[in-house]
Amino acid sequence: MRNVKSLAISILIIGASTLSLYAQAKNIAIVDATVHTMSDKGTLENATVLIRNGKIQTVLSERPAISGYEVINAKGKVVTPGLIGAYTSLGLVEVGFSAGTVDSNSSASAISKTGAALDVSYAVNPKSTLIAISRIEGVTSAATTMTRTGQLFNGQGAIISLGDTITPVIKPKAFLSVAVDNGGADNTGGSRAALWTTLEHVLSEAAFTQGKKLDPLSSWHGISTIADAKALNSFLMGEQPILIEAHRAADILQVIELGKRYPKMNLVILNATEGWQVAEQLADANIAVILNPESNLPYEFDQLSATLENAGRLQKAGVTVAIGMNTHNIRLAKQHAGNAVANGLPWQAGLASLTINPAKIYGISDTHGSIETGKQADLVIWSGDPLEVTETAEQVLINGERIEMVSRQTKLRDRYLKKHEQKSVHYVR
Amino acid sequence: MIPKLSLKTLAIAVVGGSLLIGCSESKPEKEPPVTLNKKPFPSTYVPMASEPTLITNVTILDGVGGKIESGAVLFVDGKIEAIGESVEAPDNSVKVDGKGKWLTPGIIDVHSHLGVYATPDTASHSDGNEMTNPVTAQVWAEHSIWPQDPGFSRALAGGVTSMQILPGSANLVGGRAVTVKNVPNRTVQDMKFPGAPYGMKMACGENPKRVYGQKGGPGTRMGNVAGYRQAWADAQDYAAKWDRYYREHDAGKDPKIPKRDLKLETLRGVLDGEIIVHMHCYRADDMGTMLDVMKEFNYQIGSFHHAVESYKIADRLAENKVCSSMWADWWGFKMEAYDGIQENIPMVHSAGACAIVHSDSDQGIQRLNQEAAKAWADGKRVGLDISQADAWQWVSANPAKSLGIFEQTGSIEVGKQADLVLWSDNPFSTYSQAEHVYIDGALAFDRNDPSSWPVSDFELGQPGEGDRK
Repeated sequence: MRNVKSLAISILIIGASTLSLYAQAKNIAIVDATVHTMSDKGTLENATVLIRNGKIQTVLSERPAISGYEVINAKGKVVTPGLIGAYTSLGLVEVGFSAGTVDSNSSASAISKTGAALDVSYAVNPKSTLIAISRIEGVTSAATTMTRTGQLFNGQGAIISLGDTITPVIKPKAFLSVAVDNGGADNTGGSRAALWTTLEHVLSEAAFTQGKKLDPLSSWHGISTIADAKALNSFLMGEQPILIEAHRAADILQVIELGKRYPKMNLVILNATEGWQVAEQLADANIAVILNPESNLPYEFDQLSATLENAGRLQKAGVTVAIGMNTHNIRLAKQHAGNAVANGLPWQAGLASLTINPAKIYGISDTHGSIETGKQADLVIWSGDPLEVTETAEQVLINGERIEMVSRQTKLRDRYLKKHEQKSVHYVR
Repeated sequence: MIPKLSLKTLAIAVVGGSLLIGCSESKPEKEPPVTLNKKPFPSTYVPMASEPTLITNVTILDGVGGKIESGAVLFVDGKIEAIGESVEAPDNSVKVDGKGKWLTPGIIDVHSHLGVYATPDTASHSDGNEMTNPVTAQVWAEHSIWPQDPGFSRALAGGVTSMQILPGSANLVGGRAVTVKNVPNRTVQDMKFPGAPYGMKMACGENPKRVYGQKGGPGTRMGNVAGYRQAWADAQDYAAKWDRYYREHDAGKDPKIPKRDLKLETLRGVLDGEIIVHMHCYRADDMGTMLDVMKEFNYQIGSFHHAVESYKIADRLAENKVCSSMWADWWGFKMEAYDGIQENIPMVHSAGACAIVHSDSDQGIQRLNQEAAKAWADGKRVGLDISQADAWQWVSANPAKSLGIFEQTGSIEVGKQADLVLWSDNPFSTYSQAEHVYIDGALAFDRNDPSSWPVSDFELGQPGEGDRK
C-alpha cells in the first residue's frame, strides 16, 4: 500500500518538476501535522498534506518518501482549512468613522430603490491593510458585503480571497442581505407591517420580470427599479443565498414561512439571536445561520432571550452554524467559536463554523472549506488549537503559496520594539 | 496653599444652594467657615451574607506576581484571613476542593459604561454623554446608572467583582466616574464601593472636536487643548477664591462666601489630588501633549484609556507614572485607532509602565481574562516573556491601583476584601470559565447553581428569564 502511494507521488513529482519551469507556485508538503480535514477523513495525526499547483493534491495519514516538494515540518502543529470570514466588509472599508469613502455604506442613487441592484464586486480594494492583517491570522477568504444602504436590501455581496492579489473576487453577486429585525423595520416604513409587505411586494415584482425583456422604453411602475428586480431573479431561483437578519424567534418563524412561499429560495438567517427557541423548525426547514455566539444581552426588544448557548443549542438541533461576523477583527472569529465551544458547541462544530459551514452556505464547498484532494490549497498551520486564544497562525497558505506573515501592524510593532536613541522613528525599519 | 477640608466639618453642608450654617457650642464669637459636603451621595453598600470559606488544592495567582501551584485560601467575614500551601480553617467553614482549578483576585474593569448605556440599547437608556457643553465636570455618572442593566450579571459571570463606570468621551471633561462593587441592587448608592475616590473622565482627540465642531467648538485638536487649559486655569482661580475665603476667615475677617460652582468644584478636586483623572486618549502625540498639560497645572493623570498607541511612548508613560488602560486588539474603527497593535499591552508592561486591560464594552467585560491571555501570548511570541502571574496584574492589581482601591482589593493578601474568582481551569484560555465569583466573601455567582444567577428586574417575566446566559 505504502509503495503504491510512494510510486504515485513520485510520478506526480516528475510531472511537477517539469511544470515548475512554467509555474510560479511551488509544490509543498506539510508533514507530521495534526490535520483537521473537515471532510469525511476527519482528523488525521502525523499526517501529510501535499500541495501542487495551488491545489490540495492529497492528504495522507502517514509520511511517504517525498522529493520535489518544499517540506514544511509541522510536528506538534495543527493544520486546518483556511478560515472563511462568514460575514464581513473586508475590502470595502479601511477606517469606518470620519475617514473618507466607505464602500460598505451608500446613500440613495438612481440605480436602486431597494438596494438589490448594488454590487460590491466593483468595490473591493485588495490592498486594504485589513486584508493582510486578517490573513496572517488564518482568514484566507471571506464573504464581504455592504452593511448600510438605507434601503431594504444591503446590496449583493461577494466572496473574496485574502491572498496577495489584485483580483480578489472569487464569486461576485454571491449573496444578498436584508434585515427583518428592529433595525430593518426602522429602515422600511418604521414597522414590520410595512417592512414585510414591502419585501413580499418587491419579491413579486422580481418574479414578474422573470423571462421578460425589459428595456428603458418598457412601461414599468414597480417600487423597485428594473435593475433591482432583475438582480433579484437569481436569488428567487435559489442560485445564491439571501441572508435575512432576524433576532426574535417570531421573526425567524416569519422567515421560515417566507421560505415555504418561495420554496426555491435559499435562505440563511443572520444573527438568529433567539434562534435556539425555534431550532427544530430551522433544522426542519434546512435553514442555516450565521451568528455571533457571544451576543448574550438584550440589545433590542427583539433579542430578549439571548444566550451564550445559542450556537450549541442550534447545532444540537441539526442547524448548520457559521461564526464570524466582524470586519477589522474578523481574526477574532476563532475566539468567538472557542467561546461557543466553551458554552456547549462541540469542538469540531466550532471549527466547522469557521470553515466548511460558511463554504456550504455560500455554495463554494467544492473548492473551499476543507482539506480534500482537488480543493484550493488555502490552509493554516497553527501553533496549537486554533480556537484557543493563546495559539496563533504560524504559516498561512493561500492558493498553495506561503504568504508573507507581515502586515502594517507587525511593521509598526517591529519599529517600536527596536531602540531609537539618536534617531527619529521615521528612519527605523 | 490649599487647605484640606476636615472630614469632621463635612456634616455642615451646603445643600441645594441654601446654606446650613453650623453654630459652635455656646457663645459664638463668629460663625465657623462654611464647608462643603464632598459626599452627598454616600455608599449604602452592604456585603451579602457570607460563610467562612476555605478553598484548597487550587492553583493560586495572588495578583501581585505570586503563584502557588497547589495552595489554599481562607476567607472569613468577607476578608482574606490566610493564604498558603496549606491553611488551617475553622470547623464551620465551607470547604471547596479546587483541584484542577485556579483562584485569582476578582477582575476589576476600569472602563465600563454599564448602567449609563444600559441594554436594551434604546434612546431612553442613552445616559452616558452630557453633550451640551465641552466641559461638564459637574455631572456625575452615578446619577445616570440604572442598576437593573442586565449587563452587570453578564460581567459577574465573567469574574468581574468591581468596576469603574464613566461618562462617555464626547466632552473634553465628561464628568465624574464612580467605582462600584458588582452587586447591583435597588439604587446606585447600594453598589458604590465604600471609600473609593472619584474619577473624572476627560477625552482627547476626535470625539470632542467632532461633537462640538459645529456647535461652537472645539473643532480641532488645538481647540481641545485650549479647552482643557482654560478649564484648569478656571479651576485654579476658583481654588484661590476659596483659599482666600478660608485665609481671611482664619485671620478673623468676615469674608464673603464664594459662590459654589459644581463644575469647578470637581476640577478643583483633581488639583487637590482627591479625584483621579481617567483620560480617553488614543494617539501617542495626544498623550504627549497631555503629559505637559498635566505638569503645567500640577495634577496627575491616573490612566490614559484606550491608549492604542501607548507602545510608542511607553518609556515616557513610565517616567510620568501614568497607567494605560487598553484593549488587546481593537483597532481601525476610526483614524486615531488606526495604529493599534496586539502587542501594545505587553510592550507597555515591559517598558516598566503600568498596564491595564479594560473593556469599554458590555461584551469585552465578560472576557477580560481572555483579553489578558491574548496580550500575554502576543507578547511572548515577540520575546516579551511575562509570567501569567505578573500578567494577572493587568486585570486586578493595576486597575485597583489606578482607581485608588488597592488597599482594599485587587490581590489575594491577608486582610483584603475577599473578591475572588475560582476558575474551571487556567484563566489564560478560551475554555476557562468562572465557576465561583466571591464578592466580599459572599458567593455572588455559582455557575453550577442556577438559583445563584442574578436576574435583574428588567429580565423578570421576559423570554429567557433565569436561563444560562
